[in-house]
Amino acid sequence: MALITMRQAITDALREEMRRDERVFIMGEEVGVWGGTYAVTRGFFDEFGAKRVRDTPISEMAIGGVSAGAAMNGLRPVAEFMTINFAFLALDQMINHAAKVHYMFGGQIKCPVVYRAVGGGGRQLGATHSHTPDAVFAHFPGLIVISPSTPYDAKGLLKSAIRSEDPVLFIEHHTLYQIRGEVPEGDYTVPIGVSNVRREGRDVTLIAYAQGAQVAMEAADQLAREGIEAEVIDLRSLRPLDMEPVLASFRKTFRAVIVEEGYRSYGVGAEIAARLQEEGFDYMDAPIKRVAQYEVPLPYSRELEQSALINKDRVITAVKEIL
Amino acid sequence: MNKATLLEWYRQMVLVRRFEQKCAELYQLGKIGGFLHLYIGQEAVAIGSIGARREQDHVITAYRDHAHALAVGTDPKFLMAELLGKATGVSKGKGGSMHFADVKRHFWGGYGIVGGHVPLGTGIALAEQYKGTDAVVLCYMGDGSTNIGYFHESLNMAGVWDLPIIYIIENNQYGMGTSVERASAVPDISTKALPYGMDPRKVDGMNVVEVYEATNAAIKAIHDGKGPQFLNVITYRFEGHSMGDPLRYRTKSEVEKWREDDPIGVLEREIYAKKAASKDKLEKIDEEVEKVIEEAVDFAEKSPFPSPEALFEDVYVEGQPA
Ligand SMILES: Cc1ncc(C[n+]2csc(CCOP(=O)(O)OP(=O)(O)O)c2C)c(N)n1
Ligand SMILES: [Mg+2]
Repeated sequence: MALITMRQAITDALREEMRRDERVFIMGEEVGVWGGTYAVTRGFFDEFGAKRVRDTPISEMAIGGVSAGAAMNGLRPVAEFMTINFAFLALDQMINHAAKVHYMFGGQIKCPVVYRAVGGGGRQLGATHSHTPDAVFAHFPGLIVISPSTPYDAKGLLKSAIRSEDPVLFIEHHTLYQIRGEVPEGDYTVPIGVSNVRREGRDVTLIAYAQGAQVAMEAADQLAREGIEAEVIDLRSLRPLDMEPVLASFRKTFRAVIVEEGYRSYGVGAEIAARLQEEGFDYMDAPIKRVAQYEVPLPYSRELEQSALINKDRVITAVKEIL
Repeated sequence: MNKATLLEWYRQMVLVRRFEQKCAELYQLGKIGGFLHLYIGQEAVAIGSIGARREQDHVITAYRDHAHALAVGTDPKFLMAELLGKATGVSKGKGGSMHFADVKRHFWGGYGIVGGHVPLGTGIALAEQYKGTDAVVLCYMGDGSTNIGYFHESLNMAGVWDLPIIYIIENNQYGMGTSVERASAVPDISTKALPYGMDPRKVDGMNVVEVYEATNAAIKAIHDGKGPQFLNVITYRFEGHSMGDPLRYRTKSEVEKWREDDPIGVLEREIYAKKAASKDKLEKIDEEVEKVIEEAVDFAEKSPFPSPEALFEDVYVEGQPA
């Protein structure tokens, strides 16, 4: 075991997969000579060369679609969007093409592309550069959507994504790049579509993923000091969505707060809450709460932006409202 | 070119230069956050082209937008306030460096999504044609933006409909760390105008007079019925792409070579050659600019941050509850 950052874990997963499988290659803006704008692929250009670490023009539509085409024809592309905000330009290729070809052609075509993208708000980048649009992408069957919260999961899930036969969007939250965690040396995978209990507790269930899981863990720590034991479930992937650990926890605590960085309306919390009442109605002792970003485009000014985002205090308040 | 105009351009270019240097300083101090893209080295492009614009003409650009705002005449204090995230900023502190706008001066803003404003600029031109005015749009973008679909679709539509727009490529020869040669199948960006029926013109972007003349000619060409125009303006950014650029993709000597063509230096030489002003006179302008910048920072520092309620304002025009 080594204590490494999530950035390092992602770098390691990519490097190991590229060494393991010749078909794996990377394409995206500034992934090569620059070394990745978030330094995830630093050194890759030197190790793997221009054939396998391909700097693209600023052409998101083509990044989304050319990688998908290469995947259809037998390669294992990892296409990087510099940030998830720019993946909007590629939505048609991702949703209408990569996510559809297998079904639409009766299973003849496979599209095992991985799209990597950094997302999240909180860096004063203004309204267009601060999205957490995970739920948008998770809306469509055919695309897998993963967003890990720990270095261990990041490495294991990215490897699974690259080995998956289906198209995957792998979302990395920028605030998590620096967090450290235990990661085993060498090869391992984490299965896609399995939610994880990050902390056990009997009083309330906090359901979250990615940066939201970090916030939920912080809230749970503080609640524990006040004698409230929160169980924290990390969804890890939004599609497929594994409700089993969520329901198991809910049957124990009878109360749930869903924490997500995206907007509340039509969001991940909306989906989870609906499923909880459908599948766990008899166990519901209180309204299900959602902690999410306020429904505004994110502003530049620091305090103003922070005031719109989730934090542990908002989670704690929500928990206390239903206890 | 008359002497007063040369001196006014000198003042504006020094204003941009000093404004940008001050921004870099404030960024290091943590007073400016987010992404900050400086225009240092490229001053002649915005100042020369906007120098040719008439009051009714429009300006729209990408995130490297400080110079355009200054060139249309926005008071630097409202720009500095925006950078400090203050309520008195041009965009009320909600936009930041990448999103200046001053619509009453027909400056429609800086936009952070590469190429995203190119269709918008084209639509602004459509509206002017529709209304039957003689106004044109100056639509700026970087060399890297010519590789995005937005560029191609917009230029084609402008070509089909003969829209009154000048696409001005601020060709600083890199999109972040990727040189034009590595990003564009045709390294001469001018050729990208040809499929859309435009007659491109290559312009020395370190020479403000040339940029001015080319823009003037382009406005005239539109009025002569020649349709949309395309200027490939060759320039260079002396600093990194944004703050924190490791600058691994170009050599020091390349930068040094370009610095010899510093657009402010080029203009200074022109001013002396034309005997438009003495060294003392230029130094006096420098000092005046210095004062303007100081006042801008002072205004920004003393301005209030947006109120907490401001978070929910302007989501909708009609103020619908979110
Ligand atoms: C659609 C999109 N993709 C990627 C980015 C990230 N990005 C910001 S600026 C930039 C380079 C743009 O280069 P160029 O158009 O030449 O303009 P310059 O910065 O040189 O002025 C990139 C890739 C973005 N903002 N939007
Ligand atoms: Mg450029």
